[in-house]
Amino acid sequence: MNIKINNNAYWANPGETILQVAQREGIKIPTLCYIADLTPSGACRICIVELSNGQLVPSCAYPVADGMEVLTNSKKVRRSRKSIIELLIANHPQDCLVCVRNGCCDLQDLAAEYGVRSYRYVGEKRSGKLDLASPAVERDPEKCILCGRCVRMCHEVQNVGAIDFVDRGFYSNVAPAMNRSLNTTACVYCGQCIVACPVGALREKSYLKQAWEAINDPDVHVIAQVAPAVRVAIGEEFGMAPGTISTGKIPAALRRIGVNEIFDTNFAADLTIMEEANELIDRIKNGGKLPMFTSCSPGWIKYVEHFYPELFDNISTCKSPQGMQGAMIKSYYAQKRGIDPAKIFVLSIMPCTAKKFEAGRPELSVTHTAPDVDVVISTREFARMMRLAGIDFTRMPDEGFDDPLGEATGAGALFGASGGVMEAALRTAHFMITGKDMDRIDFTSIRGLEGVKESSIKIGNATLKVAAVSGLHNIDKFLEDVKNGKSKFHFIEVMACPGGCINGGGQPLPSSPEKIKKRMEAIYEVDRSLPKRCSHYNDSINALYDTFLGKPGGKKSHELLHTHFFKRESI
Amino acid sequence: MYINYNPSRNGELVPQKGNKMQSEEIYKKYPKNEAPNMIPMLQDIQGIHGYLPEDDIIRVARHLGVPTSRVYGVATFYNQFRLTPLGKHVIRVCRGTACHVKGSLDILQILETELGISAGETTKDMQFTIETVACIGACSIAPVIVIDDKYYGGLTSKSVYKLIKEYTKKD
Repeated sequence: MNIKINNNAYWANPGETILQVAQREGIKIPTLCYIADLTPSGACRICIVELSNGQLVPSCAYPVADGMEVLTNSKKVRRSRKSIIELLIANHPQDCLVCVRNGCCDLQDLAAEYGVRSYRYVGEKRSGKLDLASPAVERDPEKCILCGRCVRMCHEVQNVGAIDFVDRGFYSNVAPAMNRSLNTTACVYCGQCIVACPVGALREKSYLKQAWEAINDPDVHVIAQVAPAVRVAIGEEFGMAPGTISTGKIPAALRRIGVNEIFDTNFAADLTIMEEANELIDRIKNGGKLPMFTSCSPGWIKYVEHFYPELFDNISTCKSPQGMQGAMIKSYYAQKRGIDPAKIFVLSIMPCTAKKFEAGRPELSVTHTAPDVDVVISTREFARMMRLAGIDFTRMPDEGFDDPLGEATGAGALFGASGGVMEAALRTAHFMITGKDMDRIDFTSIRGLEGVKESSIKIGNATLKVAAVSGLHNIDKFLEDVKNGKSKFHFIEVMACPGGCINGGGQPLPSSPEKIKKRMEAIYEVDRSLPKRCSHYNDSINALYDTFLGKPGGKKSHELLHTHFFKRESI
Repeated sequence: MYINYNPSRNGELVPQKGNKMQSEEIYKKYPKNEAPNMIPMLQDIQGIHGYLPEDDIIRVARHLGVPTSRVYGVATFYNQFRLTPLGKHVIRVCRGTACHVKGSLDILQILETELGISAGETTKDMQFTIETVACIGACSIAPVIVIDDKYYGGLTSKSVYKLIKEYTKKD
């Protein structure tokens, strides 16, 4: 059908909204409550456009009709949008200078775009209590503009539903059931609500204070570990193009901040692969529970603990790479260097908010006195740390990670993207079973940003059916099949966040599908560019097994690298 | 027993239907995982208890296969649902235009001060609940309050004090 936008003719498909046509044609309409692909809510009204009869309609929820004439930027539209922004600001704490989202806030940007220069409306503001009780995600209800993006993300994408709209009218707010704190809910701390939030109403719990205290204390040996997805995203915080790979700049910056040693979580990812591939083969050969689900995404693990405790036996017992690295630092490394583990402080830099919760799991402690990972900071917090330390990240030289837990292969890097753990594990499983590598180690059929990717692979004379799933709403179908004994799969990788860690709740903001795509391409570029691309060729891993652990799946490995799960109650 | 203000019956307070059905029967009556039944289910539960106990909000969520936050959201959105038990006596203060002009705000404030609670709350001894109503359609005798099923019109500060004393004495 034909429609006119701003007096220019465009072709539109039936069922499309005005906003979809405008975005496709490069006509800018501001949005606040809109998230592509999710139910439009039309709550904020910022995307209003004028129809030929003078009516103002929300373009995100208004379907096109043949012959429709739309003005996206008439005087009436501009005035209305400005009023909407002024009304939103009237019920918002005007504390931008001290807000964590200062400089990357949709409301702030809109106020600037529409030339808001004064607080025109003054009135009573909605009050709300800060919710600081969870170890990972904080809520500041007074900053909430009720766009509902977090609610749709939590319900429609992550299938958790920890928060929803509560009360009505002036008292409307977004809160967990019974207005309790997030830590009483089934919140998995994936942080996708933070990614969705246009303002500072949802944010990660910051552990920068503890990190700085450890760095400033000369008696503490601070060791950092850096997750695979951080190196393909951190550059965005400093104006570098999305997808820029900063592997070498990160250790350089950390050394200048004063961190004593910098290890690579990719090393631990390689170690995870050795254990996980071994576990998969063991389950297949010895009739263990299948399919086996991966266990490296802490949001996913908490989801299972809340909703599918009966399927614990199907979850790989491997700790996540963060957990394995923490355990190796406080056992193997401490022993090798003769350092008292109590003097070691492990600082994790993760693309994830759920890792903050994972680090606090009491079972993840090889010393039984302190957690293996002392503090987790997100990619965003790491950027803040560098700014405070006066580091010009763009001009950092390329430096390497430290031994003995710093060497990594391309397989370890793949953990950052959905499908990566599967690909890395299959490379090593193939080698463990057949004694030789796959002809083509690129397993492209489970790459990409789709939420569900299924494939099969022939190893020896067996065919394995595998799937990589991201975004928790996609996983229920697979779990129900397992429950009913109908699952045809052998191995299923699950990442809580859509697209995997590259789109984690701790990654640089604002996010966009294009940026996630670039980060994913960068992950595969890191893999491609490394001389060794299979975990079993990592010399440091082999040395670790030879001198300390024994063999994959051995007694010591089980003690240090494997874990168990707990049924969790929630409201 | 749950009492419901029913405007269609001329302001009479009538017991909600189904008040004798016990909790367990409600959970049997509604099939599992059918979320559209949420509101009738909550109404039935309120019919038994006079309000929605937290445990039932959680149980309804589990029963219908929806997040507890969604049930809580619905329960707090609609005025018909209460999250706290009603007192023995329910005092409804009309805050309509006519009553307002005739000083119903003073009357509300006297009640709130005397009973030590705000509108929408129940006294600790579970004797009184104060609620405000937009208009109860008895403007000719404004300002008016309704205690349980009795109308009291033409109130003054003095007569309100007297009225509360009477009700406190009764018990």
